[in-house]
Amino acid sequence: MLFLENIRMAVTSLKANKTRAFLTMLGIIIGISSVIAIMTVGNSLSASLSDSMQSMGANNVEVYITRKTPEIDEKENGIVFGTVDRSKKITEDDLITDEMITNLLKDFEDSIEAISATEDVESSVVKSGTESASVSVMGVSQGYFVANNVKLKAGSQISASDASGARNVCMVSDQLVDDLYDGDYEATVGRQISMEALNQTLTFTVVGVYEYHKTQMESMLVGSGSSGTNLYIPLTTAKRLTHSRNYAYFDVVGKTGVDPDRLASKVKTYLQGYYRSNAYLTVDTFSMATMVESMTTMMGTITLAISIIAGIALLVGGIGVMNIMLVSITERTREIGTRKALGATNGSIRIQFITEAMIICLIGGAIGVGLGIVMGAVAAKALGYAASPSIGSIIGSLVFSLAIGVFFGYYPANKAAKMNPIEALRYE
Amino acid sequence: MNQTGEMQKKILQLQDIHKAFYIGKPNELEILHGISMDVFDGQFVSVVGASGSGKTTLMNLIGLLDRPTSGKYLIEDIDVEDATDDELSYIRNQKIGFVFQTYNLVAKTNALKNVELPMLYAGMPAGERRERAEYLLELVGMSDRMKHMPEELSGGQKQRVAIARSLANDPTIVLADEPTGALDSKTGRVVMDLFHKLNKEQGKTVILITHSTELAEETERIVTISDGLITGERGGSNHVIS
Repeated sequence: MLFLENIRMAVTSLKANKTRAFLTMLGIIIGISSVIAIMTVGNSLSASLSDSMQSMGANNVEVYITRKTPEIDEKENGIVFGTVDRSKKITEDDLITDEMITNLLKDFEDSIEAISATEDVESSVVKSGTESASVSVMGVSQGYFVANNVKLKAGSQISASDASGARNVCMVSDQLVDDLYDGDYEATVGRQISMEALNQTLTFTVVGVYEYHKTQMESMLVGSGSSGTNLYIPLTTAKRLTHSRNYAYFDVVGKTGVDPDRLASKVKTYLQGYYRSNAYLTVDTFSMATMVESMTTMMGTITLAISIIAGIALLVGGIGVMNIMLVSITERTREIGTRKALGATNGSIRIQFITEAMIICLIGGAIGVGLGIVMGAVAAKALGYAASPSIGSIIGSLVFSLAIGVFFGYYPANKAAKMNPIEALRYE
Repeated sequence: MNQTGEMQKKILQLQDIHKAFYIGKPNELEILHGISMDVFDGQFVSVVGASGSGKTTLMNLIGLLDRPTSGKYLIEDIDVEDATDDELSYIRNQKIGFVFQTYNLVAKTNALKNVELPMLYAGMPAGERRERAEYLLELVGMSDRMKHMPEELSGGQKQRVAIARSLANDPTIVLADEPTGALDSKTGRVVMDLFHKLNKEQGKTVILITHSTELAEETERIVTISDGLITGERGGSNHVIS
C-alpha cells in the first residue's frame, strides 16, 4: 500500500481525536524531552569543562592550606578553590614557606615544570587623562605565566632579575592599553603608571603587554560586570608591599606526560610532612583533571538516572500508545471490515495501524525534542554554560520514538489485521 | 443485448455449496445445505429470503468474505477454494463491488476519497484514481458533493457514494445487501433506479440480496432461499437454456 496514503490516513484519524492523541503522546513527550534536556546540559557542561581545562591547564595542580578535618574525604573536597578561612587566625607561620617550595621543586624536578605562586595586593584604578581602567594588582612568580598560558603582545615578561631585585615593574593587559592608550602596545612598554593602593601611590614601569582572555571560570565567578584586568608585578615586589612572606596556596605545573592526579597526591603527601605537628592545618591538593573526572562521573550518574526515568516514561508512554490503538481499532472495527471487503489485505491493514502508532510517537518525539532543547538551554543557562544540544541524541530520540511506535503499535495493528471481515462488518 | 443466448457467459458458478458453523462442536450448525446456481454476465438477480434463511451467509460466500464448508465456487472460472487470504482480498478488490445496508463509508473521509479507496488498494496512481472517482460520483449524481464528509450526507446520498465506490475497479459483479433497508421508500426508489440504470446502461451484473419480494419482483431473475436451500427460481433460467 502506498506509504503517503497511510500517513495521510493516520493524520486524518489523529485529527479526529486531537485531545486523545495529545494525551497519548504525553508519555513519549516527557520521556524524550527529559533525555534531550539532560543530554543538552551534559553536552554544555563538557564543552565548558574542556574550555576551562584549556584556559587553566589540565596539568595544573593546585596546592593549598586547609583545615584538618578528619571526616573530610579528599574526593568530596574536590571543588575548593584554595582559599583559607581567615577567621580562624591562621598566622604567617602556618603558611607554606619559600623553603618548602624550594625543597619541593628540588625533590620533584623530574615531574614539575614550574611553580606558580601569586600574591593579591589590592584592586585599584589607573588613570590616563579622562580615561580610567580598574586593575587588580597581583604579584606573580615566573611559573605563573607558564601555568596560565599567558601570551605576550608587546615587550617582555617579568624577568628573573626583576623578581630577585623586587623591582617596581609590571605587565598590563591589552584591554587596559586599548582603554587608556589607544591600543598602542609598543609605546606603552616603558611607560610609568601610577595608582593608589595600600594607602600609598605605587608607580610601576610597564615591561610587557599580555593578551587578556576572560575565561569561562572568571565569567562564572565574577559575573558579567567588568572588574578590570590583572596588573602583574613580580611576586617579590608584592610580598614586599604586603609585608608577607609565605603562601596560602600556589599552583604546580606538571611536566608533559606526568599524570596530574598522581602528581597531586605525591605533592600532597610530601607537603603534609611539614604539617604533621600542626594542630589544625594541613595541605591539600586539587587538580583540574580530578575535577573534570569527578564532574564527568557525576554527569554520567545523573545521565544514567535520568535515562532510566526517561526509559520508564517511554515504556509507560508506549503502553499508552498501545492502549489507545486498541481502543481505536475497536472503535473502527466496522471501518476495518469495510476496508477488507473493499480489498485491503491483512498486511495493508497492519501497516495502516502501525503507521498510525508511529505517527503518534514521532509527533510526540518531535514535541519532546523541542521541549527538551528549551529545557536543556534554560538549565544550561542557569548553570552558566552555553547551551549546545547534541545532534546525535536528537536524531537518536526521533528514531527511538519511531521504534516505540512500531513495537507498541504492532500488537493492536496485528489484531486489526486478523479481524474476521464478516464479524467486523457487523460490529455494532 | 446480452440476453441473446449464446453470448451468455457464466461469471459465477456455485455447485452444492454447504456452510456450517461451529464445526466439530456440540452446537454445530449447518446454514446452507447445498446451494447450486449460476449467474450470467449482465444479469440483475435478486436473492430473496426471510431472515434466517441463509441469504446473508450466501452473500458472504459470494462476496468471498467467507469460505464454504464444502462445494465448489468459481468466479469467472477461477476456483477460489485454495486461494490464500491475500488472493481473496485481491479478487474482492477487482471483481466484487459491495453495497451494504448501512453504507459503511469510512468516517472523516470525504466522498471522493471513499470512492478512491478500492483503487488505492488496487495500487492505482493518484491522478487516475481521482479522475475515475470523479467520473463515478458524477454517474451516481453526486458530483456536487464530492468533498463532503459522510457525516454531512443524507442516507440516500451516502448509499449513492457507496454505489460509486462499489464500481471503482469495474468489478465483475455488484453485490448489494439490502441496499434500501435503511432508506425511506422515496430514496429507496432512487437507489433501486440507480441499480437498474447500471444494469441496463453499463451492463453491470447486480446481485441484490433482500427480504422484500416487492423489490425482487423488479429484477429479471429471482432466486428464493429458504432454510438454506433454493426453493424457487424465476426468470433467469430461461435465457440460460438457449
